[in-house]
Amino acid sequence: MYTFSNRLKIGSFIAMAVGLICLATGFLTAPSTVEEAKAMVAAHDDGHGGGHGEDALHNSAAADDETVGHHGTETHSEAHDASHDEHLLHQLQNRPWSALYVAAFFFFMISLGVLAFYAVQRAAQAGWSPLLFRVMEGITAYLVPGGIIVFVILVLSVLHMNHMFVWMDAEVVAEDKLLQGKAGYLDATFFLIRAAIFLGGWIFYREYSRKLSLAQDASDDNSNFVKNFRWSAAFLVFYLITESMMSWDWIMSVDPHWFSTLFGWYVFASMFVSGITVIAMITIYLKSKGHLPDVNDSHIHDLAKFMFGISIFWTYLWFSQFMLIWYANIPEEVTYFITRIEDYKLPFFGMLAMNFIFPLLVLMNSDYKRVNWFVIMAGIIILFGHYMDVFNMIMPATVGDQWYIGLPEIGGILFFGGLFVYWVFNTLTKQPLQPKRNPFIEESRQFHY
Amino acid sequence: MASKVIQALYTDDDILMHAVKKVRAAHHHIEEVYTPFPVHGLDKAMGLADTRIAITSFMYGCLGLAVAILMMNYIMIEDWPQDIGGKPSFSYLENMPAFVPIMFELTVFFAAHLMVITFYLRSRMWPFKNAENPDVRTTDDHFLMEIGIHDNEKELTDLLWDTGAVEINVTEKES
Repeated sequence: MYTFSNRLKIGSFIAMAVGLICLATGFLTAPSTVEEAKAMVAAHDDGHGGGHGEDALHNSAAADDETVGHHGTETHSEAHDASHDEHLLHQLQNRPWSALYVAAFFFFMISLGVLAFYAVQRAAQAGWSPLLFRVMEGITAYLVPGGIIVFVILVLSVLHMNHMFVWMDAEVVAEDKLLQGKAGYLDATFFLIRAAIFLGGWIFYREYSRKLSLAQDASDDNSNFVKNFRWSAAFLVFYLITESMMSWDWIMSVDPHWFSTLFGWYVFASMFVSGITVIAMITIYLKSKGHLPDVNDSHIHDLAKFMFGISIFWTYLWFSQFMLIWYANIPEEVTYFITRIEDYKLPFFGMLAMNFIFPLLVLMNSDYKRVNWFVIMAGIIILFGHYMDVFNMIMPATVGDQWYIGLPEIGGILFFGGLFVYWVFNTLTKQPLQPKRNPFIEESRQFHY
Repeated sequence: MASKVIQALYTDDDILMHAVKKVRAAHHHIEEVYTPFPVHGLDKAMGLADTRIAITSFMYGCLGLAVAILMMNYIMIEDWPQDIGGKPSFSYLENMPAFVPIMFELTVFFAAHLMVITFYLRSRMWPFKNAENPDVRTTDDHFLMEIGIHDNEKELTDLLWDTGAVEINVTEKES
């Protein structure tokens, strides 16, 4: 049995506490009136001096050009200014909410990615991985609290506590033909019912599969294993449909004017690679503490191969989405990338370096994939890269050019990171870390590549 | 130089692996092993050095990428920067997404083909090359281990019979 090391437990509590304080500060310092918002932006520009000021000047010039382009010779009227100020206020108010949402979704998506990987391993009857099933089950335990938190954030959005999802605002929809056209799908009640169905299905499979997995250890035949195999195959079908719809609902709908067909796959690749990375990192940690004596370098090598391969798969989807839209340059689609490239240059392209170039060069060598600290290092970069990926999907639509990686963002990572570590390692203490009578356990113990 | 070699034939890859380990333990140099199919772990048992072909492939891939970039930069940007459907041909970077499919394909093309050619050259394989099997059965169901003889024929023969050989021949070999 694994015992939760005290240092890790205290560390996770400290992370949660610090994160909570940072998040609370973020919410308390968010402006509540238009005047405050304008003062904040002015102070921010002053504080950063020359370089940033020039940048702001450049941005406003670009914005002016755009305005002229859109409205022809229309001059800046009073009404326009007022709506612009209110827009700024909403962006600044959204910032702590978005930071919370991005971090909550990021850690939730890790456990969902692990669940998909786990179901694939079961459905494919993989011979190498049964040794890691308890680790994966430990990580997917976070699905319950993580999923509930994400759901609560969605409910609060529906209750108009924030302006992350513009289509939830009846006044906006009333003036927007496009959103009226989508109102049949983007309806607050239907939205929450869908979210509940997705989460219910995923959590049900996780809990039931864990139960069967534990029952298999205690039984004297393989009926639980076979049942688990069938449920896993069925879950994968359910998962592929719901994951795709989840990505439209929870992520794509922050930009309700924009749509992309391969978006679901793109989000899937992101969660899958983060999930596999976390499996590898936790396995290496537990192994280094002597809790997984039968896990050898070949298991780590296999996980690192998956990290490498799925990183490239993610890049393939990222590029396919980007290049098709860039190439055709249709105005209603291309604004999505224009806002990202103009206002988010560093996160947008930095994420590509972290998620593609770095793993490509570091994890290509077969020997390096067996060096544990190498895999950990690559894993940390990949996880940061995919945090930035979620950041880039949510932030441009909710806070626009008012983004910054400051207290609320870091607080969100610390809080959910601490909660994730606490929940996962706490679950790992509940059962022995090695399944006893999985039919493939001996093959997995002898696994050698 | 013609030299005498001893050739031991086996009918099972497991027995062959044990024989290889035993012969190596007795400090005899195994010149060659002929098998009808890849025997997993044989290279390790024989103590052969790892292949470096993956490293060559990586370098060929870099070469292919460089060729693609230089070619398209010259053709599309420097030589005749036409406006084709509004694509920004002012600099390579601005028009890069359109070039990526070609950059990718040429990288793979160079990495794959040059690596295969390297493999052919290094393992001396080409059309009309004379086959080198010492015994036709090694392409079907027999395994053959070949060891050079340096005035120790009797000792080697005994050792090889011990390892489960089904047949032992001593022949002259041109090399």
